[in-house]
Amino acid sequence: MAIRWGNYRVGEFYDELIRVANKPRPAAEEICKYLRNLTDQELEEYKTAANTAIHVMGITFTVYTEEEGSIDRAWPFDIIPRIIDKKEWLQIEKGLKQRVKALNMFIDDLYNEQRILEAGVVPKSLLDASKNFLPECMGIKPKHGVWAHICGSDLVRDHNGTVYVLEDNLRVPSGVSYMLENRHVMKRVFPDMFEKYNILPVDDYPSQLYDMLSQLSPRDIEQPEVVVLTPGIYNSAYFEHAYLAQQMGAELVVGSDLVVADDDIVYMRTVDGLSRVDVIYRRIDDAFLDPEAFREDSMLGVPGLMRAWKAGNVGLANAPGAGVADDKVVYAFVPEIIKFYLDEEPLLPNVPTYKCVNKDERDYVIENIEKMVVKPANESGGYGMLIGPHATKAEREKFVRLIRRDPRNYVAQPMLLLSTAPTIIGTKAEPRHLDLRPFILSGNDISVTTGGLTRVAMRKGSTVVNSSQGGGSKDTWIVDMEAD
Amino acid sequence: MLSRVANHIYWMERYLERAENTARLIQVNTHLLLDLPRNVTLGWEPIIDMLSFRDVFYDLYKEADEKSVIKFMVTDTANPGSIINCLAAVRENARIIREIIPSEAWEQINNLYIAAKADGQSVLTRRHRFNCLHRIIVANQTITGLLGGTMLRGEGYAFLRLGRHLERTDMTSRIIDVRSASLLPDLSPEQSAFENIQWMGVLKSLTAYQMYRQEMRIRINRADVLEFLINNKQFPRSLQHGLMQIGKCLLELPNSESISQQVKALSEELQQLDTHELTQDRLHEVIDDIQLGVVKLHQAIDSQYF
Repeated sequence: MAIRWGNYRVGEFYDELIRVANKPRPAAEEICKYLRNLTDQELEEYKTAANTAIHVMGITFTVYTEEEGSIDRAWPFDIIPRIIDKKEWLQIEKGLKQRVKALNMFIDDLYNEQRILEAGVVPKSLLDASKNFLPECMGIKPKHGVWAHICGSDLVRDHNGTVYVLEDNLRVPSGVSYMLENRHVMKRVFPDMFEKYNILPVDDYPSQLYDMLSQLSPRDIEQPEVVVLTPGIYNSAYFEHAYLAQQMGAELVVGSDLVVADDDIVYMRTVDGLSRVDVIYRRIDDAFLDPEAFREDSMLGVPGLMRAWKAGNVGLANAPGAGVADDKVVYAFVPEIIKFYLDEEPLLPNVPTYKCVNKDERDYVIENIEKMVVKPANESGGYGMLIGPHATKAEREKFVRLIRRDPRNYVAQPMLLLSTAPTIIGTKAEPRHLDLRPFILSGNDISVTTGGLTRVAMRKGSTVVNSSQGGGSKDTWIVDMEAD
Repeated sequence: MLSRVANHIYWMERYLERAENTARLIQVNTHLLLDLPRNVTLGWEPIIDMLSFRDVFYDLYKEADEKSVIKFMVTDTANPGSIINCLAAVRENARIIREIIPSEAWEQINNLYIAAKADGQSVLTRRHRFNCLHRIIVANQTITGLLGGTMLRGEGYAFLRLGRHLERTDMTSRIIDVRSASLLPDLSPEQSAFENIQWMGVLKSLTAYQMYRQEMRIRINRADVLEFLINNKQFPRSLQHGLMQIGKCLLELPNSESISQQVKALSEELQQLDTHELTQDRLHEVIDDIQLGVVKLHQAIDSQYF
């Protein structure tokens, strides 16, 4: 027998599947029983089957080198699913919708009336120092008042079982293709589990995405031309760009395929001449989007794209400038933002966050730096962070200096005890830390993926789940325990 | 179809065809040398001339001996037309349109490049050369077969074939030109039997020997070989066949009328030729016209579609 749940140590953390040794949570009972009955050899077969499926389906991060061509580095995938009861999920979903709705109202307000600044709820200084605020967007009113059409919010659970929002990715969040493909892999590997459980499907996402994008079309036509704009084959998320384009039946384009003519309309160059583009799902950062408006040296963008967008001739998702709310300092204000626009209490809590811009909070952070996770406002992918308890004295001192020099750029959070889930390591199941990234689509209404992408830190004790830093992933099951 | 994607498909196939033809050319020349009397030196220079690389070659090498020419044509990355560079270009183009072409074809293309790079050196010795070049030719044929067996018959496939036939027409015209000009004119009566062997070499460079036999059923002679390679409509490497295929591809593409006219004009010029009356000088002129015509066709395709 491969997996003995009696030997599984939950420790001080909340485990997603196991309550205490040998006692699975109700939603995890079936799968735990199933895994317990597998022999070492069978477990090995399942792992091989999953890896083969991943290889065959070409689910990879592509790393390109001259010598060997493209190395398709498969992202580690763990065959034990992360399971969430539908009842709990519906609450989370509600909270996410509330949050993204308020964030979009906030962005729209910042670029228009700035009521929230006038009211003093969010300090004006926040905008002045924001790297992602684009003055070019002032006065623009995108359709439905939505700026962040696709949002990926990272959720974590602490040792008490409370789910927190760790951050909101409002620029070009990635990972949704892995969510979809992980499910395909699981269906191939564990078809019998799908009979035992009522697992809610996830594969609706590409059509929901397509519908939402079509709504952004400036022309009222049956089939607007939707394209996915990618930085190209060297981008590590290129697989996802190509995958989503393929799944939506949209054209995958690079900047040089598009041209903005004198009529401020975007066209793509086809063998049949220029053909109008209505909506661009862009996977390029703001700075590179339009060399006319932003970085002149950008080879990835489309000159004149901002002109076309401002003229209302093309839909852009996400809207330029949406990243202003994708900032760890703005994050700290989200509870206030929700109250201000919706007059509601936040359904999903933030991780308690100290804003170094406030003197009291800054002093507290500096005094307790060895207990804190310090994050710069505008980095993503886990870069430029200090994890106090794991850092050396020199590293901590360096961050104290950084905070003092530029307090606006730093926030700090107490070290969370991230939840774990059983993960196959060798032939045993061991607890590993994880998070969850659901994707929220906003058009004329808001929808949330069923579950999301569960990312796992594969190294023992590590809480860094990013794919670029040794993370892996799991399939996420939202199960309906009340259906027969 | 996006212009960029069409452009990559077109060049992927052109480079693929070029790599295969170059491999064939070297293969045949190697064999031809073995058949000629020892005091007759056919040499390797014509191969360089055939691909118009004389200047590039003499910048890098002193003498057009066998080793230098083969190295230059197969493994030398300083030669833009070397097989290894062609295969790199095939892969580079294919990689960008990976989602468009069948994934098996991409794998083959990637493997072909990696393998050719790994055992490229073995081509320098005659003993290993055959196998090395043969592998390249077979891999190219496999890829062509895979693409033909799996690709949608849409605009993409039309651009693929357009690239193939344009490149092939160009290559055939070069081979006819240089081979016929460099045939040894001053053979002594006892050596005249070798003229036959050399014309066989021309046919074999184009994998045309067997088909010539089947189709023409006459002994090998200059006029009939030229007629076969220039105007035979059934032989897939003849100039006339190439132009016919280019014409067919254009029919499947939008706004192709003026380019089709160019193709038709070239085809008519060839049809009027009487190979029995054709002097070497006149042949050279005709071939020049064809090559210029191919260049202009490419320019027209490039400005219309890419």
